[in-house]
Amino acid sequence: MPEVKILEEICKGCGLCCDGVCPVDILILSPDRINSSGYHPAMVTDMKKCIGCGYCYITCPEPAIEVYK
Amino acid sequence: MKLIFGRPAGLTDVKQRYCPGCGHGIVHRLVAELLVELNIRERAVGIAPVGCSVFADEYFNCDMIQPPHGRGPAVATGIKRARPDCILFSYQGDGDLAAIGTAETVHAAARNENITLIFINNAIYGMTGGQLAPTTLPGMRSTTSVQGRDIVKQGYPIKVCELLAGLDGPYYLVRCAVNTPKNIIRTKKALKTAFQNQINNKGFSLVEILSMCPTGWGMTPVQAKKWIGEVMSKYYPLGEFRNLAKEEK
Ligand SMILES: Cc1ncc(C[n+]2csc(CCOP(=O)(O)OP(=O)(O)O)c2C)c(N)n1
Ligand code: SF4
Ligand code: SF4
Ligand code: SF4
Ligand SMILES: [Mg+2]
Repeated sequence: MPEVKILEEICKGCGLCCDGVCPVDILILSPDRINSSGYHPAMVTDMKKCIGCGYCYITCPEPAIEVYK
Repeated sequence: MKLIFGRPAGLTDVKQRYCPGCGHGIVHRLVAELLVELNIRERAVGIAPVGCSVFADEYFNCDMIQPPHGRGPAVATGIKRARPDCILFSYQGDGDLAAIGTAETVHAAARNENITLIFINNAIYGMTGGQLAPTTLPGMRSTTSVQGRDIVKQGYPIKVCELLAGLDGPYYLVRCAVNTPKNIIRTKKALKTAFQNQINNKGFSLVEILSMCPTGWGMTPVQAKKWIGEVMSKYYPLGEFRNLAKEEK
């Protein structure tokens, strides 16, 4: 099963990966976590649904996302 | 578990200083992936512009030079002619490439110089605070066109691909965007073609990329990517403006 890792310290909370990019819509900006730059990093809501397509990685400017399979 | 998507070796570990949602980071990553995939990292020489990506020399894991504003194509020409084995890419914003560096751009294209230009069109001077660029759309607000670009006072935007397509010289001219995964994948394909043209000694390639500048546009990153799809790409249509490879077939 694929797994997505968000590199929280690199993420700038831009939200690009959370807006209609993920085909199974499992990415959101964390409402309660905050990194040392003051950004709310992205998080995965339901890892089991991930299909490992990499669209989140492709969209991320930093890149703060890693996809494992 | 195996890493299938992650930071490419063509990027250094330096944390990029771009604003959240800035398109520069996406294009950097695509170029960095290609440096590895085409096995050209060891002989690549990148030219960093003046603009928000002035620190690109710290971000790309290959040889880099940072010349004066707009002079990228001239510097790339010199290095390519002295060291034809090197792969030259000049990474430039719209202020850099289409305002102060217009002469260098046009003449390098007219000479069909064997170099690759990567042109970030974000319709604004990002670094200096969101001033009007040659690419700012009619009616678009900037800090020096607060009521919106007035074509009577400030003239019409420059469409770089269309302009250069009026020359016989250039080998490959294409406009892409980084607003959706599909368009990002297409942008990577265009950049790959541009590098391959240079490897095969075909001549001048320019990849124009419509790129989000949420800060300069006064938008959230998500609003900015939508604006590219709904407004910017209507004024700057995506697609190939020249591809001599197709005529050679
Ligand atoms: C000779 C010279 N003139 C003007 C400037 C000021 N300046 C710095 S960056 C810039 C324009 C940047 O805009 P652009 O090329 O579109 O890059 P962006 O930041 O939008 O990526 C200007 C005019 C300068 N540094 N040097
Ligand atoms: S790899 Fe694809 S399915 Fe998994 S989180 Fe990223 S975009 Fe969603
Ligand atoms: S696209 Fe990247 S930087 Fe933006 S929120 Fe998602 S993980 Fe963070
Ligand atoms: S000002 Fe615009 S181009 Fe410059 S880093 Fe910020 S978003 Fe990117
Ligand atoms: Mg610009």
